[in-house]
Amino acid sequence: MMRLLAVARKELRQLRRDRITFSFMVVVPLIQILLFGYAANTDVRHIRTVVLDHDQSAQSRDLVRSLEATGMYDVVGSVQRYDEIETLFRRGEARVAFVVADDFASNVRRGRTANLQLIVDGSDPQIVSIATFTAGSLVAARTNEMLMNRLRPALGAVALPFAVEPLVWYNGELKNSTYVVPGIIGLILSLTMVMLTSMAIARERERGTLEQLMVSPVRRGELIVGKIAPYVLIGYVQMTVVLIAGRVIFDVPIVGSLWLLYGLAFAFITASLALGMLLSTFARTQQQAVQISLLFLLPNVMLSGFLYPTEAMPEPARWLSQALPFTHFLRIVRGILLRGSELAQLQNELVWLCSILLCAVMLASLRFRKRLA
Amino acid sequence: MSSFWSRFGKRAESSVADPNLVISVQGLTRTFGKFTAVADVSLDVRSGEIFGILGPNGAGKSTTIRMLCGIIKPSRGQGTVVGIDLLRQPERVKQHVGYMTQRFSLYEDLTVRENLEFYAGIYNVPYRRRGEVLDQAIERAGLEAFRRRVTGELSGGWKQRVALACATLHQPSLLVLDEPTANVDPVSRRAFWSRIHAVAAGGTAVLLTTHYMDEAERCHRVAFVARGQLLDIGTPAELVARRGLEVTELVASDAKQAESALSGLAGVEDLVRYGDVLRVTTRGIQRPLDVVKALLESQAIGVLRAESRLAGVEDAFISMLSPQERVAMGGAT
Repeated sequence: MMRLLAVARKELRQLRRDRITFSFMVVVPLIQILLFGYAANTDVRHIRTVVLDHDQSAQSRDLVRSLEATGMYDVVGSVQRYDEIETLFRRGEARVAFVVADDFASNVRRGRTANLQLIVDGSDPQIVSIATFTAGSLVAARTNEMLMNRLRPALGAVALPFAVEPLVWYNGELKNSTYVVPGIIGLILSLTMVMLTSMAIARERERGTLEQLMVSPVRRGELIVGKIAPYVLIGYVQMTVVLIAGRVIFDVPIVGSLWLLYGLAFAFITASLALGMLLSTFARTQQQAVQISLLFLLPNVMLSGFLYPTEAMPEPARWLSQALPFTHFLRIVRGILLRGSELAQLQNELVWLCSILLCAVMLASLRFRKRLA
Repeated sequence: MSSFWSRFGKRAESSVADPNLVISVQGLTRTFGKFTAVADVSLDVRSGEIFGILGPNGAGKSTTIRMLCGIIKPSRGQGTVVGIDLLRQPERVKQHVGYMTQRFSLYEDLTVRENLEFYAGIYNVPYRRRGEVLDQAIERAGLEAFRRRVTGELSGGWKQRVALACATLHQPSLLVLDEPTANVDPVSRRAFWSRIHAVAAGGTAVLLTTHYMDEAERCHRVAFVARGQLLDIGTPAELVARRGLEVTELVASDAKQAESALSGLAGVEDLVRYGDVLRVTTRGIQRPLDVVKALLESQAIGVLRAESRLAGVEDAFISMLSPQERVAMGGAT
């Protein structure tokens, strides 16, 4: 125990003296939260739209106006010919075009189907789905209303046969930042925890102090735990910084128990630290340690469900994502902050985190032994 | 974890007859796959003794030291270090050994005192005694003025003092120094050697490796190693005497001609030219000075000056190496 404490104390002292690492702890989380909270916005609105209205009737103008009123389309101009649309698309000045045929108003008057053509630039699939979905639902609602008005004189009161009542629980305003910011806690922790530990080990190797430690009576376990322990503290500091910033800047709700969150974070932090240890056995220098950690960041961003839902991933990718501590912590942190999940509902994730921790510790100490022999 | 608390200060039950025997190993061998790094090394080192291991790079010095420190397990052989069986309990040896590398292995971002404090924790110096132990170590090393200085700012000589203080903090029975003076200036080297002698006088056995011949001469006993094998062991004087070498230094009218003339002479062990001085090491030649002179004069090479010199550890050592190893030692062919 004395040896373990000696290692931990030494590590803390070194940390305190290392300004860069220290600022890394606080500044990086803040930058990330601002970047992801504001810039990485997946809310699609204000799609640039042009109108080609051959009819120029009150009806056609009315429809375009109500489409614009949804907030999804910004009408940036109108054109006279079809090929002008193509030019604008190619220049990137517009992504959607409404085309109204010259018989639009007369078809409406005569009770025939009046067609609105919607042309969408398919380069970005996300825009396609939102642009078509919005127009489709608006037109469907309009159609229902007109049909009802026509049928009422003949049939009296009529009810719509079906209706969907969407009711969104948790994050009812569908704010992107509410969804993204809790995840940033995990993202920052997985990056810094892995990077700091792998650097800490590589530093000892680089400066020859690891050799000295191997001759001393310090056991591998004592060395690993003693070196990791101070970083748990850093992990909690970072987590608190992001939580406060998320609350103050982005108004992220905290529905569930913070105690539970801090408790479960321990499993996540230690699992990340152990992974850092494991990665450090592949690095000879601190620089290599940083590179390896950055490489490790990529699957965390892509596969964890931080940016894209894991449900959309192919089977092998989903399996891979299970091996990342971040995937499970993401579910924990979103569950607790946004939905008020309790321990019983999150125990699966906890089991996963503990298994990852165990595997990483075992592999790391095996690799350690090999490297030293 | 059970033996955790009982470790500090406890000397293992000594099974060796001579209690002064700190190192006693027989037939120590270490192989890595098919490669034999150390073959059949037997050594006895007593407390208070300074024992040097001299050998070219790759001779197996580090592997030998690492086996004696309990870091790597011997493939064959047996022995005890500080009375602890090297094959059965190598881990337990570490508590009783102090170790210093040529890189000094200090935490350069910590102060002198913090470094010492770390090693005090690592070697389980009890908290009660810690302040006292640290103060003593700082005083012994003459580091009073530097205790709050960050180690990275110190010069090589001072770093070496700190490293030695760290390695001897827990008053080990055995102090191991791996090329300790490779990175310091000559003045610091002298001071360092006087401290090493002080440590040994306190009863600690000192085992060191070195490239420097003058350092080998300051050891009580020296082992020559090459190719993973122990070539000879003894006091520096014994090692030199056993070779039966005689050295003649001369200045000839044509050094190159003289060199080629002498290389054919039977009994010439080594021939080195330093500028126009030719150093001839011979064995088994009666009155080598006269023989050499006569040979050169018979070939019409003028001898301007010639005198006999005492053979040193260097001459003894070089004479035991193959020509390839002489190159590896630094071009002394």
